[in-house]
Amino acid sequence: MHTLSLAALAACLAKREFSSVELTRHCLDRIDRLDGHLNSFITISRDSALAQAAAADQRIRDGRAGPLTGIPYANKDIFCTAGILTSCGSKMLANFIAPYDATVVTRLAEAGMVMVGKTNMDEFAMGSSNETSHYGTVRNPRNTEYVPGGSTGGSAAAVAARLVPAATGTDTGGSIRQPAALCGVSGLKPTYGRVSRWGMIAYASSLDQGGPIAGDAEDLALLLNAMAGHDPRDGTSVRREDEDFTRLLAGDLRGMRFGVPREFFTDGLDASVAARIEAAFADLTRLGAERVDISLPNMRHAIPAYYVIAPAECSSNLARYDGVRFGHRCAAPRDLEDLYRRSRAEGFGTEVKRRILVGTYVLSHGYYDAYYLRAQRVRRLISEDFRRAFEQVDFIAGPTTPDTAFRFGEKSSDPVAMYLCDVYTTAVNLAGLPALSLPAGRAGNGLPTGLQLIGRPFDEARLLQAAHQFQQQTTWHRDVPQLPL
Amino acid sequence: MSVTQHDLERLGDLARIAIAVGQESDHVAALSRVIDLVAELQAVAVAGVEPMSNPHDQTAELRPDLVTETDRSALFQQLAPATRNGLYLVPQVIG
Repeated sequence: MHTLSLAALAACLAKREFSSVELTRHCLDRIDRLDGHLNSFITISRDSALAQAAAADQRIRDGRAGPLTGIPYANKDIFCTAGILTSCGSKMLANFIAPYDATVVTRLAEAGMVMVGKTNMDEFAMGSSNETSHYGTVRNPRNTEYVPGGSTGGSAAAVAARLVPAATGTDTGGSIRQPAALCGVSGLKPTYGRVSRWGMIAYASSLDQGGPIAGDAEDLALLLNAMAGHDPRDGTSVRREDEDFTRLLAGDLRGMRFGVPREFFTDGLDASVAARIEAAFADLTRLGAERVDISLPNMRHAIPAYYVIAPAECSSNLARYDGVRFGHRCAAPRDLEDLYRRSRAEGFGTEVKRRILVGTYVLSHGYYDAYYLRAQRVRRLISEDFRRAFEQVDFIAGPTTPDTAFRFGEKSSDPVAMYLCDVYTTAVNLAGLPALSLPAGRAGNGLPTGLQLIGRPFDEARLLQAAHQFQQQTTWHRDVPQLPL
Repeated sequence: MSVTQHDLERLGDLARIAIAVGQESDHVAALSRVIDLVAELQAVAVAGVEPMSNPHDQTAELRPDLVTETDRSALFQQLAPATRNGLYLVPQVIG
């Protein structure tokens, strides 16, 4: 049951081969048995999940089911869920029971999906290894001595271990794609503004975007159908006609051109990962797509630009956590200033504090023009590089990450070493583009690699077509980790 | 170090984050690493380039100035550490 795709699960539910309640119990049982070791969940919502599953079964019996009705999934613990803990991986929100559902949560509930719980994550989505979570590290199901990536490490690990067939994530600088690559699952970061940010706890508001993690591209398309759409409650939500993201999946790739940026293949790329990506290019070529060598000359500035803009926005967004209205409050504050300073010092972890302080630095008097405004100008240069590239090609292809998963503690002592995990992903967020990561086979060390495909703004349907066709030729997405069950 | 102990104290004041005694040098070293990284941007030629704050160059959409939400302050205040008579309680500010 747990190895089936969303489309296959929906077909089984429609044929009454099993019920949503049975499927949900199966997922909950696997979580009970396996997640003690993996730690991919922060909260299990057993009772509400079984109630949602029973309602989904009724909807199926009544002939009112949609393509996702009755299918269990998990939400990254960054999405607000009414009545259920929303911690964002932080001690600051360890007592935060959201009074409302995020728009994404509402939309997936309206589709009839069954939320079994909330997944672990790097604190406030700041991290690339899940080691910054207040709730402990997540283990990579491919090898539990290794990190799952981050910040959406819990969702990626839960899908990889087939605890759930799908999960939500958020991607500010690579936080869906990088853990998807490291855990060997498929993950999509939609175009900025495609998926509502309402009720999604903010990190860097001009970069944050919610999206799905699942087994394959077809599942991602089905999930995006339910998640996407204009939301008047999110001022950055983009007005677009509704579209069916599965509509191009069956189309072949003949006549399509994919760009390979030479800047992706530099000294920092592991040779074993590079070999898998080259093999993936050969697969795309066999499918009829033409390879075009391109250049994104400003991509090398993406990490520095990102680590000005994201911390600047984070320092502003996280100012709301002051110990007054919600969240952690220190004991016995001497005065208001002491309340603010100690509540924030105690409630935030090291990496979050670091990014707030960096953001404060680059926004402070005398540095605003030199750092923040300059980074915003570099952001436009990076975006223009992509615009020019898309005059030549239909999509861009390359590695998602420079290396495979790494061991716990290997990079946590040096922030810059950790930041470089996202060297191929942050430029996409700065430009607001859609991109996905697909399993591309195991590297020499036996760990998964990820193929990243980047599309034009709002061109998710074509990106998913390329991804789906690639997965018709490859079996990497069916490579399930060996677990005790 | 591109960030000094004095800078750290100033940043902690501005961000309202108490810096734990004994952790100052770790913070200074890590912040310096990050500031050195982003200092690379100083070498990029950006004259005449418009800053980009939104990927679609979208400006904020204004809504009609109408009340559309119901008053749920009692629900929201259930999350607060301390309230009284519909007000959030903090330590006394004015003596």
